[in-house]
Amino acid sequence: MDSGFVIEKFILVAIIFGISLVIAMYSTYAERKVAAFLQDRLGPDRAGPFGILQPLADGLKMFMKEEIIPTTSSKWLFIAGPGLALLCACIGTAVIPWGSPMVIGGKVVPLQVSDINVGVLYIFGVVSLGVYGVMIGGWASNNKYSLLSAIRAASQNISYEIAMGLSIIALLLLSNTLSLKTIVEQQHGFWKDGWFTWYFFKQPLGFLIFMVCAFAETNRAPFDLPECETELIGGYHTEYSSMKLGFYLFAEYINMFVSSAVMATLYFGGYNYPGMDWVATQLGTTWAPLVGTAVLFGKIFFFIFFFMWVRWTIPRFRYDQLMNLGWRGLIPLAIANIIITGIVIAIIEKF
Amino acid sequence: MGTQVFYFVATLSIIFSLMVIFAKNPIHSVLYLILTFFTFTVHYVLLNAQFLAVVNFIVYMGAIMVLFLFVLMLLNLNNETEPSKSPLIKIVGVIAGGCLVVTLIGSLKATTISSPLILKNQGLGLVENLGKELFGPFLLPFELSSLLLLAAMVGAVLLSKRDEVEA
Repeated sequence: MDSGFVIEKFILVAIIFGISLVIAMYSTYAERKVAAFLQDRLGPDRAGPFGILQPLADGLKMFMKEEIIPTTSSKWLFIAGPGLALLCACIGTAVIPWGSPMVIGGKVVPLQVSDINVGVLYIFGVVSLGVYGVMIGGWASNNKYSLLSAIRAASQNISYEIAMGLSIIALLLLSNTLSLKTIVEQQHGFWKDGWFTWYFFKQPLGFLIFMVCAFAETNRAPFDLPECETELIGGYHTEYSSMKLGFYLFAEYINMFVSSAVMATLYFGGYNYPGMDWVATQLGTTWAPLVGTAVLFGKIFFFIFFFMWVRWTIPRFRYDQLMNLGWRGLIPLAIANIIITGIVIAIIEKF
Repeated sequence: MGTQVFYFVATLSIIFSLMVIFAKNPIHSVLYLILTFFTFTVHYVLLNAQFLAVVNFIVYMGAIMVLFLFVLMLLNLNNETEPSKSPLIKIVGVIAGGCLVVTLIGSLKATTISSPLILKNQGLGLVENLGKELFGPFLLPFELSSLLLLAAMVGAVLLSKRDEVEA
């Protein structure tokens, strides 16, 4: 392992980590602005021009608050909970291809931290691990409401993981690979052989199921049952204060960013865009991949906006409705999607 | 480097699995078990079985242990509610444990250190090769075990349904 490789990966990891933290930070601002826009209000506008410094002020407030650890809780787990939540949120970015390989001074630099050949499954593993942060935190608070909320979060995540996995299987039938890099490369450009290359146009139902499950996995409205003021006082983070609460809130926004990135990568072509070959010949191999990266971020920002749009449009589900939708709605639909995809592939290949 | 990593992770696995037994609190036990499974995942990666590693990660760490934790949290076990064991059970436990130790020592004495196995196909653990193996030469056992799992699942649903009808 040469040191150049290590330095290159280290720089890439640092950049991605920084970007995800900044995006998470400004998602809180964007969320308020979007909410204000949808409700015909102004939103934050005091800190700096257009309230652009609001996230910094919020962060400062979070750090300045008193650290409270309930004496009856198990201290280590109480601290480990938010840390685990944030860690699981961050490591998902490692396998996402942020752009096509870049050529810098004759050296090819892949804009992806690691291309493991089970990338899709890795994402699933990280998602399924994410629930531990909430569960451990909720249990360690030694508070019945927090515990109830943790249990809600766990059952919700387990239920929707199944539908999510099944919706992906139909996509894998088409792609024949689990590597995210290859999946994105298959979606090159926009139009090929008389049909769109993006998997959204081949798997619209799969995408819909995946997106609904992504909402549920990130605990976003209308699936934010783990947080519920009227029923649970607050949620799994009732007992938390200061930056530990901040970690939980931050983890939610990073999760949103990562799942937007995954949706854009799997179904909306990642860094591919119409006319990318023409741009590549115009700009050369150093700058064209960055245009692709910008396009990917454009898609991610759209999905983040969509997350917020839905949050301020659709009210929260009741618990039985949530379970009904997951088990009786999405799972049969996902299985039907797999079967139909399989039949269509068989017909196209054999006849 | 591989051997060093192996010894480090193996030590961690043993420590964590001992902690599973020695932890007083059942929730802590389960959390240590999750860590043990995580070290197993690392072992699989070291053995070049990426697919098995990630499936172990998703299924055992991500799903089964969440359910364990879920049930334990609902039960709300603590030191006061732990049932006290009668002396008879303790004696029986000692005898059974002693028998197990004797058997283990006996079987360990009978083993000889086998020559290291050299994989014919280095990429056997990768998804593509594993799929070809499973759906090629091992198709029948694979399908039979999936049938077994399906039967177990239907059986579990049926058992929980019957109570509802009677009540």
